[in-house]
Amino acid sequence: MARILIPTPLRQFAEKNDNVELPGATVGEVLSALITRFPDLKKNLYNDEGKLRSFVNVYLNDEDIRYMSKDATPVADSDTLSIVPSIAGGAYGD
Amino acid sequence: MATELSKEEILRYSRHLILPEVGMEGQLKLKNASVLLIGAGGLGAPLGLYLAAAGIGRIGMVDFDVVDFTNLQRQVIHGTKDVGRPKLDSAFDSMKDINPYVRLDRYEVPITSENAFEILKPYDIVVDGTDNFPTRYLINDACVLLNKPNVYGSIFRFEGQATIFATEGGPCYRCLYPEPPPPGLVPSCAEGGVLGILPGIIGLIQATETVKLILGIGTPLIGRLMLYDALGMKFRELKLRRNPECPICGDDRTIHELIDYHQFCGVPQTPVQEIALSSDIEPSEVKAKLDRHDNFVLVDVREPHEYQIAKIPGATLIPLGELPKRLSELNPADEIVMHCKMGGRSAKACDLLRQNGYTKVRNMTGGITKWSDTVDSSVPKY
Repeated sequence: MARILIPTPLRQFAEKNDNVELPGATVGEVLSALITRFPDLKKNLYNDEGKLRSFVNVYLNDEDIRYMSKDATPVADSDTLSIVPSIAGGAYGD
Repeated sequence: MATELSKEEILRYSRHLILPEVGMEGQLKLKNASVLLIGAGGLGAPLGLYLAAAGIGRIGMVDFDVVDFTNLQRQVIHGTKDVGRPKLDSAFDSMKDINPYVRLDRYEVPITSENAFEILKPYDIVVDGTDNFPTRYLINDACVLLNKPNVYGSIFRFEGQATIFATEGGPCYRCLYPEPPPPGLVPSCAEGGVLGILPGIIGLIQATETVKLILGIGTPLIGRLMLYDALGMKFRELKLRRNPECPICGDDRTIHELIDYHQFCGVPQTPVQEIALSSDIEPSEVKAKLDRHDNFVLVDVREPHEYQIAKIPGATLIPLGELPKRLSELNPADEIVMHCKMGGRSAKACDLLRQNGYTKVRNMTGGITKWSDTVDSSVPKY
């Protein structure tokens, strides 16, 4: 089981979990197990064509999966997957 | 270009001067450096204070906001006495008090595609302390096109990100995130909340990297994305690579000038409210309906912790995220008025109800904030 870290903005769609352990031999399989468990996450992670949204990055340990084999990147039990979405806050002028 | 420090400056900077890694040579580099801070808010506050104290020779600041009470929980460059003043006036007073040797340049305008080059050009380093996606992409693109390092920081609730973009051969913001989220998919700043100390930590990571870049010491935060989690008290580091297919810094660039960033981020520049919403209702009208005991349902779609801060008597709390599962609690035959803090979330709630066949749905404009302003000032604003 690989560990997957869920960032603050997405926890509301994942029953407030900050991390879960899920089975899967590839990044795609682990992510698919994730949205099976938390269906509300799906529209936040994937676009209508079923591709990962371009403001959501997924890292296997410290490496961006876009520069590995993307969804097909193999995952070992000791690995940690991180979902890192774009956040904009800083000045909070409003 | 300054080639020496005055006696007063030598005394002021003595703890730098006796650090071999800084020394007289380094302090003169700081004095001859120029840094542009974009945003005088949560990140800009610690940046302004510490970069002024460190002896950066010239600091420009871009912000057109005024200080309000909700800023003071984190924007430590402003004080209670400054509420109502332009943020730049307040920030510059603090910075001048700390270090009168710094030249301060004010840009009390929104940064736009039209003025960005002109504002950025005089500076060696740009520090992004803004709060919205269109401005972040604008700053990124302007820095890439002008070849200036962009020291980036961003915060949300208890988490922050920091890195340096747009250095020679290094990645840019578009390499990290090719596109922003569509509006509405992630909670806005005012909705999301933020731990007041968090921008202090992230802003000072940006300040540290700025000073290191100027001094040319240490290992800069280039090609690495620093993630900070205040609750777990964890720093993590992810690899950040230049994307060879990046439209602005990649091998075959397709973007050669600044674009319309509001359009890019899907934010309509003129809100479509006017066309709108005959279904909008003013807080004063809602009050009149309540007083008349009209037959309608008032629904508050904020979060329970917000309901604890302030509420409108008679409103039923159904947080926006729970609404899809709790539709059965609302009768499509009833007239329903939705409200939230400012009117944004309740507009989404109205859309959701309409998609589910509810026709008599109205959005209370301005939310409980406007209710406090126009109906009942005893309701706290937050």
